Amino acid sequence: MLDIIIDFFIIGTKIGLILLPLILAVAYTTYAERKIIGYMQMRVGPNRVGPKGWLQPIADVIKLLMKEVVIPSGANKGLFLLAPILFIAPSFAAWAVIPFDAELVLANSDVGLLYILAMTSIAVYGVIIAGWASNSKYALLGSLRSASQIISYEIAMGFALVGVLMASGSMNLGEIVKGQEGGFWHWYWIPLLPLLVIYWISGVAETNRAPFDLPEGESEIVAGFHVEYAGISFALFFLAEYANMILISVLTALFFFGGWLNPFQGIPFIEGITNWVPGIAWLLLKAGFFLFLMIWLRATFPRYRYDQIMRLGWKVFIPVTVVWLMILTFMIKAGVGPWFTGRGVF
Amino acid sequence: MSKLKHFFRSYTLKDLLTGLRITGKHLWRRKVTVQFPEEQTPQSPRFRGLHALRRYPNGEERCIGCKLCEAVCPAAAITIDAGPRQDDGTRRTTRYEIDMFKCIYCGFCEESCPVDSIVETRVMDYHFEQRGDNILTKAQLLAIGDKYEEQIAEDRKQDAKYR
Repeated sequence: MLDIIIDFFIIGTKIGLILLPLILAVAYTTYAERKIIGYMQMRVGPNRVGPKGWLQPIADVIKLLMKEVVIPSGANKGLFLLAPILFIAPSFAAWAVIPFDAELVLANSDVGLLYILAMTSIAVYGVIIAGWASNSKYALLGSLRSASQIISYEIAMGFALVGVLMASGSMNLGEIVKGQEGGFWHWYWIPLLPLLVIYWISGVAETNRAPFDLPEGESEIVAGFHVEYAGISFALFFLAEYANMILISVLTALFFFGGWLNPFQGIPFIEGITNWVPGIAWLLLKAGFFLFLMIWLRATFPRYRYDQIMRLGWKVFIPVTVVWLMILTFMIKAGVGPWFTGRGVF
Repeated sequence: MSKLKHFFRSYTLKDLLTGLRITGKHLWRRKVTVQFPEEQTPQSPRFRGLHALRRYPNGEERCIGCKLCEAVCPAAAITIDAGPRQDDGTRRTTRYEIDMFKCIYCGFCEESCPVDSIVETRVMDYHFEQRGDNILTKAQLLAIGDKYEEQIAEDRKQDAKYR
């Protein structure tokens, strides 16, 4: 009995160690986003609360927590309150299988990749329920858009990950990273370049970020599926969106950019002087770059039209991934180095 | 041929990368934000802000109650009652009110005034805290005039040759 309690305690501590920094990271991602977009528009961004505006996210959180949660008349109360939880839970749960370093992983699962795909897809139920339970036409339209978009891009995303699967021969995220051992030219981003681009763009579309933020198109449907949410229930949606952003960035780093691996592995001199850097720092650095790229995209591109989004997903991405999977097959069978050496059949 | 060109253009993401380059460059540009309460943008001497009623240097109020400003006001924001003053019998306003919610800051009152009494100052950041505070009374307007008289006089002097 006692060891069960101790186990629970240890697991709980581990979960806390992942989630608390994650929530803090979400808060400061919003700060970084406002600051970076401000700079790109030649403004200075938030700079009033605390030195250089560092306390702005804290102030935002306090504001959101103290606001009233309004439940619209005619809304389905149970589902209305369930939706944000259903949206945020998978985006947190997905972090269970993320390896932060060679041994630093909460659940070293052999079907990690499948689990990630499953978790990121469950979030769409949160969106649909939120839209339906709100009893508002804008929310419903937004949730329909979001659902169809997420489902469409899930396919391209899954196909892109099939490429990663073929290259590494494993669904264990740790194994996928270990397969990329040895310098940045050993990482999968070179043989899987088109898949990387497609995975990345699908990831942006999947998280409903600009330029694919149709579900919250301000000009036509106000704020989309979360239009009726206020206070902490809105904060949950917000938190989940940014947690998803960070998740996609970390996953891209893991799948295509060697996760925690030192990029200078195998370069005689630089490897020696960068050896002291812990693996988690490399992972965060890589993920941070992709997070920056996501914000950069938002500052740059106008929103797509709906039919353009659908065309891109179905008529461009899926054919391209299929073609590249065939090319990849030949590359693996031919044992193209340095990624697939020793696996060739010729 | 143009189809082929379009194919390569779209699949190498050329247009998107060009866009990213532009925003990327702007990240390092000089920021143009004016930190408002600490920094101010330059103002013209003809700036039309908060209203004020002026006095002559001897302390006598300028306004003679001619009601030209009330007549010209396009938003009907000014209300004036006039009559002879108790002690010397000169024509003065007994009530002079401006509804600041109606005012559109067109400056017609200022222009129509024959004695330069009603003027618009450079003050542009002010607020009201209670319902009804938006209606400025004669006493308030005169107080504003007393407070900013130096600036008002300086601005009129600069503008004098164009009037």
